[in-house]
Amino acid sequence: MLVEFAMQHAWLVPLLPACAFVVIVFLTRPWQKLSAIVAVGSMAMSCVIATLAAYGIFTNHEYIEKPLVYATRWFSLGLPGMPDLLVEVGVQLDPVSAMMMFMVSFIATFIYLYSIGYMEGEEGFSVFFSYLSLFGASMLLLVISSNLLQMFIAWELVGLCSYLLIGFYTHKVSAREAAKKAFVTCRIADFGLLLGLLSLQIIFGTLNLVELSDKIAHFEEYTTFGMITLIAVLVFIGPIGKSGQFPLHVWLPDAMEGPTPVSALIHAATMVVAGVYLVARTMFLFHEVPSAMQLVAVTGGFTAFFAATIAITQREIKRILAYSTVSQIGYMMLALGVGSLSAGLFHMWTHAFFKALMFLGAGSVLHALHHKADVWEMGGLVKKMPITAWTFVVGGLAIAGIPPFAGFWSKDEILVAALGGGHYVLFALAAFTAFLTAFYMWRMIFLAFFGEENPENHPHESPWVMTLPLVVLAAGAISVGWLGTPWHNIWGEWIRFGHPHHGPINYGAMIGSIVLAAAGIYLAYTLYLKDAKKKRARRMAEWFGPVYRMLYNKYYIDELYLWFNHALVDGTARLFYLFDIYVVDGIVNGIGAFARFSGDGLRVFQSGRLQNYVLVFFLGVLAVAVLMAFSGPSATSLLLGGVK
Amino acid sequence: MPFDPSALTLEMLTAVLGLGVLILGLIVPKGSRHGLGWVSFLGLLGIIGVAVALWGDNRELLDGMYLVDNYALFWKITFLLSAALVILGCMRYVDSIGDQAEYYSITIFATLGMMVMASAGDFITLYLGLELMTISFIILVCFRKLEAKSVESGIKYILLAGMSSAVLLYGLSLLYGLTGSVIMLDVSRIVAMQPVSPALVLAVVMLVAGLGFKISAVPFHMWSPDVYEGAPTPVTAFLAVGSKAASFAILLRLFIAGLPGIWENWAMVIAILAAVTIIVGNLVAIPQTNIKRLLAYSSIAQAGYIMVGLVTATEAGIKGVMFYAFLYVFATVGAFTVAAYFYNITGSDELKDYAGLSQRSPLMAAVMLVAMLSMAGIPPLAGFVGKFYLFKTIVDGYLWLVFIGLIMSMVSVYYYLRVALVMYRDEPIDATPISVSSPVAVTLIVTMIATLIIGVYPGPLSEVVNNAAHTFFLH
Repeated sequence: MLVEFAMQHAWLVPLLPACAFVVIVFLTRPWQKLSAIVAVGSMAMSCVIATLAAYGIFTNHEYIEKPLVYATRWFSLGLPGMPDLLVEVGVQLDPVSAMMMFMVSFIATFIYLYSIGYMEGEEGFSVFFSYLSLFGASMLLLVISSNLLQMFIAWELVGLCSYLLIGFYTHKVSAREAAKKAFVTCRIADFGLLLGLLSLQIIFGTLNLVELSDKIAHFEEYTTFGMITLIAVLVFIGPIGKSGQFPLHVWLPDAMEGPTPVSALIHAATMVVAGVYLVARTMFLFHEVPSAMQLVAVTGGFTAFFAATIAITQREIKRILAYSTVSQIGYMMLALGVGSLSAGLFHMWTHAFFKALMFLGAGSVLHALHHKADVWEMGGLVKKMPITAWTFVVGGLAIAGIPPFAGFWSKDEILVAALGGGHYVLFALAAFTAFLTAFYMWRMIFLAFFGEENPENHPHESPWVMTLPLVVLAAGAISVGWLGTPWHNIWGEWIRFGHPHHGPINYGAMIGSIVLAAAGIYLAYTLYLKDAKKKRARRMAEWFGPVYRMLYNKYYIDELYLWFNHALVDGTARLFYLFDIYVVDGIVNGIGAFARFSGDGLRVFQSGRLQNYVLVFFLGVLAVAVLMAFSGPSATSLLLGGVK
Repeated sequence: MPFDPSALTLEMLTAVLGLGVLILGLIVPKGSRHGLGWVSFLGLLGIIGVAVALWGDNRELLDGMYLVDNYALFWKITFLLSAALVILGCMRYVDSIGDQAEYYSITIFATLGMMVMASAGDFITLYLGLELMTISFIILVCFRKLEAKSVESGIKYILLAGMSSAVLLYGLSLLYGLTGSVIMLDVSRIVAMQPVSPALVLAVVMLVAGLGFKISAVPFHMWSPDVYEGAPTPVTAFLAVGSKAASFAILLRLFIAGLPGIWENWAMVIAILAAVTIIVGNLVAIPQTNIKRLLAYSSIAQAGYIMVGLVTATEAGIKGVMFYAFLYVFATVGAFTVAAYFYNITGSDELKDYAGLSQRSPLMAAVMLVAMLSMAGIPPLAGFVGKFYLFKTIVDGYLWLVFIGLIMSMVSVYYYLRVALVMYRDEPIDATPISVSSPVAVTLIVTMIATLIIGVYPGPLSEVVNNAAHTFFLH
């Protein structure tokens, strides 16, 4: 009964946070606690409905092949000479969207709760919760969309929320700059996506996911292979931006300027994986184009490795986590690209838990240390902040890929998928990245939480609203991977594209990845914990001087873009500027002057004198009469006096 | 066919309401006459309720003298709604003038005139409705009878309206002389059988001029800026919305139902007039510094857009006209209510005094902004959808007009956004906050939300209008 209700009313899931946004903005803004309660309460209710609906989906196998779709007409347009355009808003529930809906609402609930503690006493407390609610609504709308246009609207909305929340500390220049960078970078990518969607609409006449997947299955009837390849690539540009893939990853590390709950929710668990979700949703498109799949896989694999190498040298706790996010999303893309939707989304699922956990842990640390972010200045925090530290360690084990923690199972799936598909280079890259991941994560953990305490710091454990989410997410980071063990892969049964995959269990890959992870952790241990003075670490940095500097400066990509901007964009802009001033402005001003001039000129008639008005009126009558006489078939008859 | 008075339910109810308010004004002591506004408002709401219940009642009365159909009903609802909104928004303004009973009852009689026009099936009824409306408006325009500006504009209006009525009557009598009938449906049949004669063309010219005056199409628009500026602002709002909408209702009837036989003759003329109206309205709006004059020119331009729907004489065009007229009610009433209330508080209509309005009253500034953007046709507001429906009908055959419409829409953004700029960017000279009284606030919020909703979700209204436009051709 309840489950049935939840499935039929899944549109309430995004609607409730949207209402919370309106309520907070217009009514409860002056009362901070009330605003927070509205936000958390609405999201918790959404989470309940989402859980029930997901339960309903996951108890009926039929929904795997035949999603539950209900939609209502938004508007339809008929233009002469074109097929009617029908635009719908609707909900599509299948295992993929049900899983994502549950995950987003569940994690969002706990992060909202955490924010109450984290944002306490901050200026704009209520505004923060209104933004969070708007984000929750947009993200959930994106997840349950039954067509790509609706998804695109939500896609832009989450981008807007991301912008607002990164720049939340408006007094900080760096936050404002980061917000701008995020927005502009994502917009560039979204333009590609938009072009892709427009092409789909023009060629196939619909953006409805179910219809599109039917039509694209035999796309030869509609278009050429070249065109469909182009569309797939254009669509993929959107995820490259939104999910921080190379070469548009530059905004994500800077986005850490936002409050930490934002980093956890938007820039780790939900929004940045929207790109992965989009690729998963449009898998029917990519599936038809092997080269596009190859592109996805290579982009993912390269980004995973590339970001991991940068993470090794970074010093700020949230930046390390940010590069790790970029790297992990690379894994997900890699999995999708080698054709395993199941493995890609599985990693998204586990990653959401352990990465949100680690961000919240980092937030707890920053909260205690008054926003001192350099891991080298921390140390020994485990004694004063046990809950934060040990839950963080759980996250570290999960991301490093130590069984039985969640990350192990999903990473193993990806490695097996890459190997099974015959992508040996990508497999090697992914395996080496696993080693790097374990190393840089544990470098951070040993430096921040273990070793000697820094006497300058006076840390304290955070309040329960902050530690409770940590504990819940830690429990998730341990257990959510058990859904997809190689021996009993429930996950793969439900969330898949095409038929479920039953390969032989690859013990070699499994043991190999455990060894690599353990080696990474051991290396970090010897360099950063056993060697209390960190002499060896410094010596390593000196040995690899140029490499180290290059990594520390993130391969100078930001500088490259800056140079590109200065040299090329600004240069061209200057050219255009001159063109603009002398040619365009000339024309525009000319038109403007003409408009003003003629406006003034026409005004002269408006003398206020009645006689003039009557005169103009009758001149008008005369003009119309002349006009009618010389236009249309009556012209001749009038001139000839009615003689035909 | 026996005469069935139940077809006139709405008209009778409105007349009773008007008379009732007038009589109540005589009974109620002077101090408590401000309640009359509420009586009128609630009465109009009730009549709207009845009107909605009557939806689907399609018939002819007295052999086509009076046409009762969804088309007329939709217009009637539009008039009643705009009258109700205007009354709700102007109560305080009227209280400051006094003579509430006369004001409200004349407003209601003007509405009655419009309703008669919407249903008119013959020339006599048409003219009766038109004059009832016009004379009511003349009284309303010079309602602030001690103020020279108001009286001046009243005199201008009465003289020019009389002249335009004469021209219109001349056209109608020519038609009668040519066909021997005053009933439009008969005229339509006879005209279709006859060859096109110069007299017929002349009749059409007269009709275009006479009704062009009412909708303030260029070059018959000269009166409107002066009258709009001088009239009390709520009257201006009603004049801009109601009188214009009613004239469009009758224009469609007269041309599409009465003269479809010579469509080729008048279509191009209407298209050219629409183009000229759009261009002149938008261009002259640019140098205006008085908000009411600015809105007057903008409403001239808006009339030009609406005329576009007439050109093809199809169901889609009628639909576009009705859709646009309906949404135009909200944008215009919203903007003029802000202007009226602002005048009430500050005594100024000058644009420069609107500086910093966003700080003094965020609601008023927001409503003005939404109204302006809607009129400029910026998505996702109602005006965009309306313009889309209108211009969609003429993409085939009148592409040049589409381009003129689009380019001039762009030009219009300039002066619409200038208002926004003044309200939002400039620092207020006098920073005292303006608190908006609750009936006005309700009017403002209703207009703003309606503009938003029609823009984002035009489906339901578009279906209603489709249905109404469909009944137009059933007679």
